[in-house]
Amino acid sequence: MSLAQIRNLAVRLGGQTVLHDVTFAIDPGEIVTIVGPNGSGKSTLLRAILGAERPSAGSVTLRPGARIGYVPQKLHVDPTLPITVRRFLSLPHRVTDAEARAALMEAGADGLARRQMSRLSGGQFQRVLLARALLARPDLLILDEATQGMDQPGSAAFYRLIERVRREHGCAVLMVSHELHVVMAASDRVICLNGHICCEGAPEHVASAPEYRALFGTGTKGALALYRHEHHHSHDHSHDHDHDAQSGGGAPR
Amino acid sequence: MTLLDSFLTRGALAGIGVALAAAPLGCFVVWRRMAYFGDATAHASILGVALALMLQVPVLAGVLAAALLMSGAVTLLAGRGHAVDTLLGVMAHSALAFGLVAVGLVGTLRIDLMGYLVGDILSVGKTDLAVIWGGALLVLGLLWWRWSALLTATLNPDLARAAGIDPKREELVLTVALAVVVAVAIKVVGVLLIVALLLIPAAAARPFSRTPERMAGIAAAFGAVSALGGMQAAYLLDTQTGPTIVCLAAILFAASSAIGAVRGGAR
Repeated sequence: MSLAQIRNLAVRLGGQTVLHDVTFAIDPGEIVTIVGPNGSGKSTLLRAILGAERPSAGSVTLRPGARIGYVPQKLHVDPTLPITVRRFLSLPHRVTDAEARAALMEAGADGLARRQMSRLSGGQFQRVLLARALLARPDLLILDEATQGMDQPGSAAFYRLIERVRREHGCAVLMVSHELHVVMAASDRVICLNGHICCEGAPEHVASAPEYRALFGTGTKGALALYRHEHHHSHDHSHDHDHDAQSGGGAPR
Repeated sequence: MTLLDSFLTRGALAGIGVALAAAPLGCFVVWRRMAYFGDATAHASILGVALALMLQVPVLAGVLAAALLMSGAVTLLAGRGHAVDTLLGVMAHSALAFGLVAVGLVGTLRIDLMGYLVGDILSVGKTDLAVIWGGALLVLGLLWWRWSALLTATLNPDLARAAGIDPKREELVLTVALAVVVAVAIKVVGVLLIVALLLIPAAAARPFSRTPERMAGIAAAFGAVSALGGMQAAYLLDTQTGPTIVCLAAILFAASSAIGAVRGGAR
């Protein structure tokens, strides 16, 4: 059984349809990455899966009892709120010192336990968020632009860390990222989103798909073409990801 | 028995009761930047006083109802065209103005207006004391029960959702707690200064705190010291007790900020 099943999902925000006809499933243990231009509904999709946005049509079904670990895009800790990393890890459920230490170690944030959250660097902060998400023993780890504010080597290391986490915990990972070339290498499956699913499949397959190229261009695996897109088309093709996944292996690298 | 017969003892106990409940709640007011929201709720309560007297229901009930209605109205109207601080300013001051007019209509004979505006801690009776401590314990219990969820939702609503916490529900918990504190604190500091008692001890506690719990604890201590010291000072200087309590809290805040600045903040 799938961990999460998204069927014909549509979400309207402020009278505008942000997402429509989104259908896909996340299986246990797979890493799924959502790519798409700004305003393509990536974060909205994650929030709908978390239950923070109400679908205007369709449904999000999680496997009963599935635990979610969430690493938000950015978390602003108000300077008026004093909180150490150690205390933060015990929210909302208390964890032991040993558990906290192990999680920090695993997330590459050891030694930060006594630091104030508001004084961490961007990379340290994201690692602490990851440690906290791991303490929930998630079946599904959701990361929204988790490497924002990190430099390239930093975010590459972060995604290697995510792969290791998946290997060791066996959790599925659903993430949104801007850094296509880095993140695609670490994914089992890529979903290219622009209000609806444009194309999906294995990373190599998506990178060579015409829909993807229309969004991101062809240069340097699409990494340079993030900022501009004219994509108000409505190409209507079926999204059979089984087929995509199979054909993905043969796509040129 | 005999202890509670002294109005000074009753006043001191009332002050401590309000300070203890206001401290942890005040921390959330600071963290969530709800100061104006607190003002609106507090100012609405003078309207509640007037309506309660008109309808001949207990003042406490009127104040609770008005405070809850105000926070409900603000929540409904927020995000519909006006900036939140504008909206809150309009609501807070209109409520105060309508409340004062309503008090005038009820007739001055039955209302000691000044007492409701700045409090009259020395007139706290045994029933008042029971109400104050009942409300304070209710608020403390509520915050104790929801503490982790409230903190998580305060840090980030989506983080709360992922953990199965409904941030809207936690917001409601704070709204109700705020209404209760306002209702029971009127006797002690009055509607004009309630928010001061929420805000100032919490803000003064910030430089000495490394964790949220520590901040709430220190705020409670500062609040209690302000209440007791303020009563003492008011007696010596022959001044109004409510404002004197707030003055002392403000002096503590200034001192704490200075110490915090010298030490470079809590590490």
